[in-house]
Amino acid sequence: MRILALAGRRLAASLPTLLLILVGVFLLLQFAPGDTVDAMMAQMGGGDAATARQLRRFYGLDLSVPAQLGNYLWRLVRLDLGFSSIYGKPVATVIAERLPATILLMTAALSFAFFFGLVLGVVAARGVGRWPDTLISTLGLVFYATPSFWFGLMAIVVFSIYLQWLPAGGLEDITTAGTGIWRTIDIARHLVLPTLTLGLIFLAIYLRIMRASMLEVLNLDFVRTARSKGLDETRVVVRHVLRNALLPMVTLIGLQAGTMLGGSVVVESVFSLPGLGRLAYESVIQRDLNTLLGIVFVSALLVIAVNFVVDLVYARLDPRITTGT
Amino acid sequence: MSAILTLESLGVRLPPGADRSHALQDVSLAVAANEILCVVGESGSGKSMTAGAIMRLLPRGVAIDGGRVLFEDRDLVRADEAEMRRIRGAGIAMIFQEPMTALNPLRTIGDQIGEMFAIHTDLSKAAIRDRMLGLLEEVRIPDPRLASRAYPHELSGGQRQRAMIAMALALDPKVLIADEPTTALDVTTQAQILALIRDLQRRQGTAVLFITHDFGVVAEIADRVAVMQHGRVVEQGPADAVLDRPQHDYTRQLIAAVPPLAAPPPRALSDTSVLTIEHVSKTYRTGGFLGRGARVTHAVKDVSLRLPKGGTLGVVGESGSGKSTLARCIVRLVDPDAGSVMLEGTDLAGLTRAEMRRQSRHIQMVFQDPFASLNPRRRAGDLVAQGPIVHGTPPARARARARELFALVGLDPASADRFPHEFSGGQRQRIGLARALALEPRILVADEPVSALDVSVQAQVLKLLGELRQRFGLSIIFITHDLRVAAQICDLVAVMKDGEVVERGLVADVFGAPQHPYTRALLASIPGRGFGVARPVATT
Amino acid sequence: MPEVLRDYLRSPPAVIGLALLLLVIAMAASAGWLFPRDPLALAGRPLVWPFQNPRFWLGTDNSGRDIAAQIFHGARISLLIGLVATAIAIAIGVVIGAVAGYCGGAVDTILMRVTEAFQTLPNFLLLLVLVVVFGSTITTVTIAIGVVSWPAPARLTRAEFLSLRNREFVQAGRVLGLRDARLIFGEILPNALPPVIVYASVVMAVAILLESALAFLRLSDPNVASWGNLIGLGRDVLRVQWYVSAVPGIAILVTVLAVSLVGQGLNDALNPRLKRR
Repeated sequence: MRILALAGRRLAASLPTLLLILVGVFLLLQFAPGDTVDAMMAQMGGGDAATARQLRRFYGLDLSVPAQLGNYLWRLVRLDLGFSSIYGKPVATVIAERLPATILLMTAALSFAFFFGLVLGVVAARGVGRWPDTLISTLGLVFYATPSFWFGLMAIVVFSIYLQWLPAGGLEDITTAGTGIWRTIDIARHLVLPTLTLGLIFLAIYLRIMRASMLEVLNLDFVRTARSKGLDETRVVVRHVLRNALLPMVTLIGLQAGTMLGGSVVVESVFSLPGLGRLAYESVIQRDLNTLLGIVFVSALLVIAVNFVVDLVYARLDPRITTGT
Repeated sequence: MSAILTLESLGVRLPPGADRSHALQDVSLAVAANEILCVVGESGSGKSMTAGAIMRLLPRGVAIDGGRVLFEDRDLVRADEAEMRRIRGAGIAMIFQEPMTALNPLRTIGDQIGEMFAIHTDLSKAAIRDRMLGLLEEVRIPDPRLASRAYPHELSGGQRQRAMIAMALALDPKVLIADEPTTALDVTTQAQILALIRDLQRRQGTAVLFITHDFGVVAEIADRVAVMQHGRVVEQGPADAVLDRPQHDYTRQLIAAVPPLAAPPPRALSDTSVLTIEHVSKTYRTGGFLGRGARVTHAVKDVSLRLPKGGTLGVVGESGSGKSTLARCIVRLVDPDAGSVMLEGTDLAGLTRAEMRRQSRHIQMVFQDPFASLNPRRRAGDLVAQGPIVHGTPPARARARARELFALVGLDPASADRFPHEFSGGQRQRIGLARALALEPRILVADEPVSALDVSVQAQVLKLLGELRQRFGLSIIFITHDLRVAAQICDLVAVMKDGEVVERGLVADVFGAPQHPYTRALLASIPGRGFGVARPVATT
Repeated sequence: MPEVLRDYLRSPPAVIGLALLLLVIAMAASAGWLFPRDPLALAGRPLVWPFQNPRFWLGTDNSGRDIAAQIFHGARISLLIGLVATAIAIAIGVVIGAVAGYCGGAVDTILMRVTEAFQTLPNFLLLLVLVVVFGSTITTVTIAIGVVSWPAPARLTRAEFLSLRNREFVQAGRVLGLRDARLIFGEILPNALPPVIVYASVVMAVAILLESALAFLRLSDPNVASWGNLIGLGRDVLRVQWYVSAVPGIAILVTVLAVSLVGQGLNDALNPRLKRR
């Protein structure tokens, strides 16, 4: 309960951050050349100035900037993100359609990166200075340096075009339109390459942090205590080192949630996944500023949600958080 | 008496590139049942390495080369890893210096003690729990049930060390290795832990190998003593013999450096005060974690003190007594909440930052940590010249003066061009003194200036401080937790507890006939009270 | 300093990284001399495979432009954007981190809230917003990358300042009567900077990757030879002429790897000294 209250307080503390982001990006977008009405007129193939004026009044775009901001925030409170002229639907609806794919991709990539980063980091730290460490550390550096979109393209060349093992894009195969378990398998097959592509750089980061953190914890006094009690190396690692070494890695997940969401813009574009990232890209190309602002809001919410979970996990792992020092 | 643990000409090799080839050379020791052998030496003597070698837990790159470690007729040097694991904890157990870091912060005390049984016995969970609670009771932890569920950070330092001892003694080991187990503790807690170790050792007939740097502790607890220097045992024998009739030069030198608790004859004190502290208070409010449970700490509570001109006022107390905060309030590193600090008509506590910067030439400070108190990126000479330059002395003259000061504090003036890391701990503390004296202050605030130093270096620095005090006519506020040191250097002493001064007066009076119960407890806790040879620090 | 250099040169990965980085720098330096023509101008038949025509040893892309020329000129762009964006990010980060760490209190709280806001908003998304607003010339893209990359160095600098601020040598400086500015710039900053400088290699690696991703999405400056542009272009012919995308990708990989290796080598060379004190 205490943990929940604690994380809840952190959640409340992120409200000003959210407000700061929204106000900042809203004001920033005021400087953008052209507004939603321009985009709409372009969509319609041009129109006269009178229509434009009428539309601007309809969307409240003729008001002063502070008034527009106030309107926007007030609508946000009622969970109204505005209307997307490009998609002809409320922004909230457009985003809601795209959100599942992104959440699926992020969860998959995060799990992949976390699990293998953990395992490889531990293996590298156990054999520090020997060949498994050298191999893993080198791989980590190469993964880190690989541009994700390029890795995705090359993976498509190898696995989809040459070997024809996995689909090259999309979230599911519409032509086969399976149901239940078949649909799940189909989606999973479609997500393999995007997950690897998005997760690779995070795998590299996590394994590096895990290795460093393992090496640091292995040098701490209580590990010496554990050894002097007669524990074998495996038990020393499992029972004493691992949990301590996990703490920096858990922190990192929270810090990197935003980066990962940003990475999904590129990965979703490469694999034509109907997700939030691709939507962001499309709304930039089509200058759909309402949608873009909506995405900024939802992305920030997502990052805050991830950090909330991370706080819960951290407090669960480290008793010093809940009981004070 | 037959020995349980015997070291026969044990050698331990250091990795190439270390400052010497061997950490231990030809070390022979023996501990018998029901005996405490104290291994005593300064830092770098190899005393902790001895413990590591016995347990075969040496740092990477460090290895045993030659000699034998006989434990119950087995040579541990040749034992395989599985056999060593059976012996560690069960046959030979160990406790460490810093109980906070020696315990896993993420697991409960009970869990970590219970692990001993889980590794070495087939006891059921319930049986382990009973034994564990019994052990906590045996080491006299209040409310064992609660303590067993607590995490290390929820216990006090003394309780943590008790838990460590309970863990070490869980399986009735034949040998207990204690590596500086009381060094991180306050003096009153230290006395309790020493008594506990002694008591449990007597009851169970354990052989104890007690590693320490503190001759007071040796005098308090040892049956036999081995003195180590540079990885060799230079002298060993029964405690009385070694302490009273040391044979080796190094032992004599070490023992001579231990300050006796008895104060030297008092110096004449001036009637005029140079510094008057009145009703100084400092309260800290910590926000707690994210505004939860904000805590208020009264670090300094309504303290009033007077420092006579040319005198030395010792402020003594345990950790958390507020003595360091008081020192920082005086030099305005910390802004006091209330009260005044009068330096010859100027209230330092009421000055603005800019005014205080100008006053700073009159009142200087010497810090505890010789490693942290010097900017690693400046040359030693520049560090000393920095103060005068800031206060308007032409740089060339300030640097020339710095070289003179180097000679004065016993350093080679030519070494002024070196960086701090090229000096030893004692030399760095001399640089710190030179830096403070460069401004020719009237008052020196010294915050534990010798606590981080080995005892022989400590004696040299104290001697130097005594000489400089005479030469510059300095008035000193000397903060220390070490009553022996205070007895030697101070004219007056104030005892602090929980932010308040509980007793003050001439050193001889306070230490000779303490009035306050806390002062009495403090004095009674000093290990090896009668030990140490009376000898003046400075010629008066 | 020679000691650091010796430590650095003792580590094989660090030496490899330095060699790779020098190679990329040599490519950037020699681009104008080896390929004097505009790398974006039509050079020959489109989609010539590498090693087929000695004039285009890395082949040509879908519009018949020399890939080798684009790789060499692209090295200039990547290094330039990487360096300038990193300089911007480190400059903002150090100032904000130093002020927050040294002042503490309300100033710290406000600055950290802003930093937090920048970290909560996905940096690539913010980059997209900035590009939408300010357009995508090479100057705006470089500045935008710098602006989205400062929070991490700021946090690092702040952490260093927080730990150094109460170190005894800083207190000693204050007792000597040093002003705040001298304490910050003379005492704390020189000690806080080495880890930040090492971290600059990470910032630079990320900056190069960010620019290439932006160019790949055709949101960067189309008028310069950027590796990311070329990869994006090659995507249209990925099924058969995959080399158009593959070659510039390897160039990015090598450059980022070189920067990371140099950074890690520097870190390892600087750290043992700190441990030894």
